[in-house]
Amino acid sequence: MIKFASLLLIVIGLYGILSTRNVIKILVGINVMEIGINIFIIAIGFVNGGAAPILSVDNPGSLLKFVDPVAQALVLTSIVIGLGVTALGLVFARKIHKKHGTYDLSEIGGES
Amino acid sequence: MKRVFAGLLAVAFGVVLLLGISASTGLFSYNEELLDDSAASHYIAKDVNGDTGEIIFGETMDAETGSANMVTSVIANYRSFDTLGEVTVLFLAALGVSLLAGSMDKGRKRRKSGFILKVSSGILFPLMLVTGIYIFTHGHLTPGGGFPGGSMIASSFLLLYLADENFRANVRGFKIAEGIAGTLYVVLGIIGLLAGGYFLINFLPTGVVGNLFSGGIIPIVYVIIGLKVGSEITGIITDMFNEEVKA
Repeated sequence: MIKFASLLLIVIGLYGILSTRNVIKILVGINVMEIGINIFIIAIGFVNGGAAPILSVDNPGSLLKFVDPVAQALVLTSIVIGLGVTALGLVFARKIHKKHGTYDLSEIGGES
Repeated sequence: MKRVFAGLLAVAFGVVLLLGISASTGLFSYNEELLDDSAASHYIAKDVNGDTGEIIFGETMDAETGSANMVTSVIANYRSFDTLGEVTVLFLAALGVSLLAGSMDKGRKRRKSGFILKVSSGILFPLMLVTGIYIFTHGHLTPGGGFPGGSMIASSFLLLYLADENFRANVRGFKIAEGIAGTLYVVLGIIGLLAGGYFLINFLPTGVVGNLFSGGIIPIVYVIIGLKVGSEITGIITDMFNEEVKA
């Protein structure tokens, strides 16, 4: 079920990227898509009945059932990269707005 | 017209993904257990270099990584080199933001912050800072670690920016802290290269699983990452605030 929901998020994000020429909205679309992909990777690593991959007083032994820690490590990386991409993209958007006075790519035109 | 076309394309993409996924892994089913010889099962049992028996929380001495949190053991021990690359990517993003935002024109636009925010930020700022530091020093025992802890430190500075329109963090200090943390990470890797023969090898004794002082270099790496990420994201926030004021 979570996999289906994450697919829905990916499709919504893709629609957001394709349907507009506004730079800020494209960035929002990229972020929605990224959240969908992250949830999907976590869902792939899920194990039925598995505990969170942390040894603790409640789950003391490594022979118990745990969910996949590699998928979670990957998603941690992906979130950080996403933050960097979003920050850089927002500054680029501000640059575009400063130079052309608009966030809409179709209003910028070719040569100026 | 454009929207219809975009919608069709997105739906087509979704259908292709749907078919591919339900053919290979199944859309509504999850793994019953991890594969026997997968990397993940070795990371959980901490037996990448050979069988070591069951790891018991609070008892096992000198396990392979000694980190109770398996995600942390993947990030800061088994795949520490990847994390070094990841931190570099974040550094490059912060560098790009500061280069682009620094070249904006000057000019002033004042915002007014509310009274309640101003008063409560004095109480909340130290609490958030201490929670962030707690999270990245306990990254090998509890959920969290260097990246969430660093982000929490940065968000405490964001609170200060929102509360006081004249507040400016010391950007130079943050840049120095970031540089020192990044260098320390590489130096730690080189020490591992000299001591154990591999870059970023866990060369310290790993102690009892579940203790605060356990895991060898993992807590050190996570403190370094926490400081680096915290100062980097604070730098990004500072650059964006400067840019907003100047624009």
